[in-house]
Amino acid sequence: MKILIYAEHREGALRKITFENITLAKQLGVPFEVAVIGSEVGNLQEELGKYGAEKVVFYQNADLATYSPDAYAAVLAEAVKKQGADVLLMGATSTGKDLGPRAASLLNAAMATDCTKVELDGDDLKITRPMYAGKVLANIRLSSAVKVVTVRPNVYSAAEAPATAAVDTESVDAPGFKAMVKEIVSGAQGKLDVTEADIIVSGGRGMKGPENWHLIEGLAELLGAATGASRAAVDAGWRPHDEQVGQTGKTVSPSLYVAVGISGAIQHLAGMSSSKYIVAINKDPDAPIFKLADYGIVADLFDVVPRMIEELKA
Amino acid sequence: MNIAVCVKQTPDTETRVKLTDDQKAVNESDINFILNPYDEFAVEEALKLRETNGGEVTIISLGPDRVKSAIRSALAMGADKAIHLVADKNPSDPNAVAGALAEELKTGNYDLILLGKQAIDDDHAQLPSLLGEKLGLPAVTVVVKLDINGDQVTAEREIDGAHEIVTCNLPAVIGAQRGLNEPRYASLKGIMKAKKIPIEEKPAALAADQLEIESFNYPPEKSAGKIVGDSADAVPELLRLLHEEAKVI
Repeated sequence: MKILIYAEHREGALRKITFENITLAKQLGVPFEVAVIGSEVGNLQEELGKYGAEKVVFYQNADLATYSPDAYAAVLAEAVKKQGADVLLMGATSTGKDLGPRAASLLNAAMATDCTKVELDGDDLKITRPMYAGKVLANIRLSSAVKVVTVRPNVYSAAEAPATAAVDTESVDAPGFKAMVKEIVSGAQGKLDVTEADIIVSGGRGMKGPENWHLIEGLAELLGAATGASRAAVDAGWRPHDEQVGQTGKTVSPSLYVAVGISGAIQHLAGMSSSKYIVAINKDPDAPIFKLADYGIVADLFDVVPRMIEELKA
Repeated sequence: MNIAVCVKQTPDTETRVKLTDDQKAVNESDINFILNPYDEFAVEEALKLRETNGGEVTIISLGPDRVKSAIRSALAMGADKAIHLVADKNPSDPNAVAGALAEELKTGNYDLILLGKQAIDDDHAQLPSLLGEKLGLPAVTVVVKLDINGDQVTAEREIDGAHEIVTCNLPAVIGAQRGLNEPRYASLKGIMKAKKIPIEEKPAALAADQLEIESFNYPPEKSAGKIVGDSADAVPELLRLLHEEAKVI
């Protein structure tokens, strides 16, 4: 078995999931190489080496400065063939989910999305992935010759394991470009997304209105957290839907999830119950969220959150 | 504009998913099935585009007989035609589904193919991209805004922490995300009309599944932890626990 890890980068910076996947490949003890696709891919090998990458291949073409799922998929599928990999490992990020299926189709490969456990079983992979937003976990096998696996961010923590990465650079054709990105809006780096955040502070109906969200934002800033919201808060128009955690929103697995004024509807709990630690702040002692919470405070959030902010500032 | 909308029938979001005794399958006996919520955005967008550009909206769904009720829901919103690709069960491999849908879509001469960015049951989120590749078309996934001008498509898609503006030409595949529009409710008239629209049945041309589910588990049960206190005075203790016991801050 040989793994090819797709190095996801945006604006010249590697995404954390790439390091997490290197750590996963090392844990599996399977030989792996890293593929970087782009125009000027710079010297990303140093950072990749820090986590243990020993071989990095840059696939370069000036046109690849612009992301295009069809063009990138063609290059990526060729890379898998050229490097003789039988597993393509990517992040279950917006890019991995966009690009992965196209590459899989070109490789006649089956693909497992958003995997939370990848284990070696002889020559095969045993994979676990949540379904129904986490209400159940499916144990799956891919029987295709080449397998595409996208791994949920934050499940495997990236561990430094310094190595010196040998580098190959290949100039490639860039066919396709049927769909291409014209621009990235709301900031090049944008805000921290809930799916990638290590800590999330989420607000629900108990927040009473968007005017009170400065409390969520203030607490999140002090914790270095992303801000999330329940479906009730999104449906009410208080928060943008890209913050929604739950079955019709995002499924998250941070180290710490702070649920503020969220009662805990089943579709919300499904989306966040795999968080390592859950804190609930709610004045209703019977709120279902307390059944999942590691730590709870049964009190008015409008007393508790300002106090948290005050204490953290002190 | 000739538009196809691929839809899936899924359990509603309130469903507590129960497994069969051997944990090999989901027990469907008490499930309330609905039209996949993300597919509702796709249907709505198709209807809006038909209102502006004229044309026809065809609903296509693959699955067992029960999916007809999801097809009826989409027709009741205002779609014109429907095709049911009949399979005895939902395949476990999205690639098999995409292959069968692509075979059908190739025969329809569609300008635009819309579908939800993912189904809320299996959560694969692969179909829009798979269909794009299999049909040799551009695909834009997780779309929250769609503008079509002649055959020029400008779509805004959600990425982690930002949005991308993506351009392509028709024909194209678009994966709908929440935020794209506000799906209409079916009117009584629409529901009555939908009952009279014939649903064309065809066998689904399915390849063998290469993604197989061996078994299911329930997620590890989280037990209720400790209530640290019942007033803001518990905050210092909470922060201490997070820092010293959980070591997460």
